Amino acid sequence: MGGRDATMVLLDENGIRCDGRKVDEPRRIMIKAGGLKNADGSAYIEFGDNKILVGVFGPRDVHPKHMSNTDTGILRVRYHMEPFSVGDRKNPAPSRREIEISKVIKEALEPAVMLEKFPRTAVDVFIEVLQADGGTRCAALTAASVALADAGIPMRDMVAAIASGKVADTIILDVNNEEDQAGQADMPIGYMPRLKKITLLQLDGVLTPEEYKKCVDVGVKGCEIVYELQKKALHDKYFGKRND
Amino acid sequence: MASVSVIDELKKAQILELLEQGKRVDGRAFDESRELKIEVNAIPKANGSARVYLGDTEVICGVKIQPDRPFPDTGDKGLFICTAELLPLSHPTVETGPPQPHVIELARVTDRGIRESHMIDVTQLVIEKDKSVIGVFADNVVVDYDGNLFDACSYATTAALLTSKTPTWEMVDDKPSVVEGGEKQLPVNTIPVSVTMGKIGNHIVVDPNGDEWASMDCRITITSDSDGNICALQKGGSDGFTQEEINQCGELSVKIGAKIREQLKSAQESQ
Repeated sequence: MGGRDATMVLLDENGIRCDGRKVDEPRRIMIKAGGLKNADGSAYIEFGDNKILVGVFGPRDVHPKHMSNTDTGILRVRYHMEPFSVGDRKNPAPSRREIEISKVIKEALEPAVMLEKFPRTAVDVFIEVLQADGGTRCAALTAASVALADAGIPMRDMVAAIASGKVADTIILDVNNEEDQAGQADMPIGYMPRLKKITLLQLDGVLTPEEYKKCVDVGVKGCEIVYELQKKALHDKYFGKRND
Repeated sequence: MASVSVIDELKKAQILELLEQGKRVDGRAFDESRELKIEVNAIPKANGSARVYLGDTEVICGVKIQPDRPFPDTGDKGLFICTAELLPLSHPTVETGPPQPHVIELARVTDRGIRESHMIDVTQLVIEKDKSVIGVFADNVVVDYDGNLFDACSYATTAALLTSKTPTWEMVDDKPSVVEGGEKQLPVNTIPVSVTMGKIGNHIVVDPNGDEWASMDCRITITSDSDGNICALQKGGSDGFTQEEINQCGELSVKIGAKIREQLKSAQESQ
């Protein structure tokens, strides 16, 4: 996606990463609940240089009808990247990658949403990546949880997400685009902090069994940081801004 | 893959009830995978192939090796591409047409497991830098469905790659031309093995069969390499795992992966 710089130092001798962060420091995260007029719920997130907009509709009638389920509501998720969101123009048609990510995000959200309360209906989540810079699926999942809450859909918990990974033989939190391209491993994690359940987990890259456990642990701790920002975004919209 | 298998609620309840008593529906231990049978060189016209039976799930993988243009940013590396497809004869619910999301996921997870392990040494697959490289294409077809296609496709791909012979090419008049008698084994660094575990209620079972697959709440596929390191992972399904379960699944996948790796090695030696 981005230009690769072979000479770039991913982690310097003082433990500082290529964008100036410490190993356990997430990028700047800004979440805003609401914003869209027509959607039943929405959220906007800036996660480092990622910019993602999420709109939620429903519960509403299901079209096509045969998709509906008499026992429960269904969740439908579309993750989509704009042609201008990455270095080279992206074909606007959904790629295999986007179809897989849509499925993974859907399955990460399903345990959080009380769909059984709305049989025969659908909740539609539309995720639009306006600008991508590594870690879009985590940022998208984080924002989608806020948008679902903003839509007033009953939930067991919100899913917070962030990636952990390995660069220069060190386990780090919140992998950016450069670290994803040139690093050794990337592990996106989605986690429900109240229910203590991991609902999204992927990995590419080689980890020893010890590093694997540490990566999961660092990711779960990162999700707890993101979770506080999700709650703050909802609080800001519905109860006014807090001064912290 | 709930749409693939039709299972009534009674069967689901029975599977869970048995698990509560410490038993699986087909009598296996929780950490026991089904019998794995591997036939290598099943398709002699391919450069490598394998027909794999994981219980009643059956997958055929064929490897084709041919010159190709490199990707613009990796002119010093050959290509490795792995696909997977569910054939309509594999199950009554499979339809023809564009691939469904669960099939796209299957293909991408199979590809990722092999790719991220760096099994094939693609740096040795260059004919002329930036101009012509060797492409290795591993195509899986599922011919009979009984759950856990992730592992069946992974084992078929690995077995086919381990037994693949690649021709050698040299550049003649700016075009790759086959060198007579230049056939050799594909350069292999490690043997990746994927292990899929399903969670049904609070129970974790290795290698879920078709009925278990339709009953499970969520699943996790973990690929480990010959050094016992974990190199790829995919969680799926509409529930979550606790952190302890994720750690437990990591350990299980390395332990069971080691056994299956021995079987893949003996299949390679049997050819």
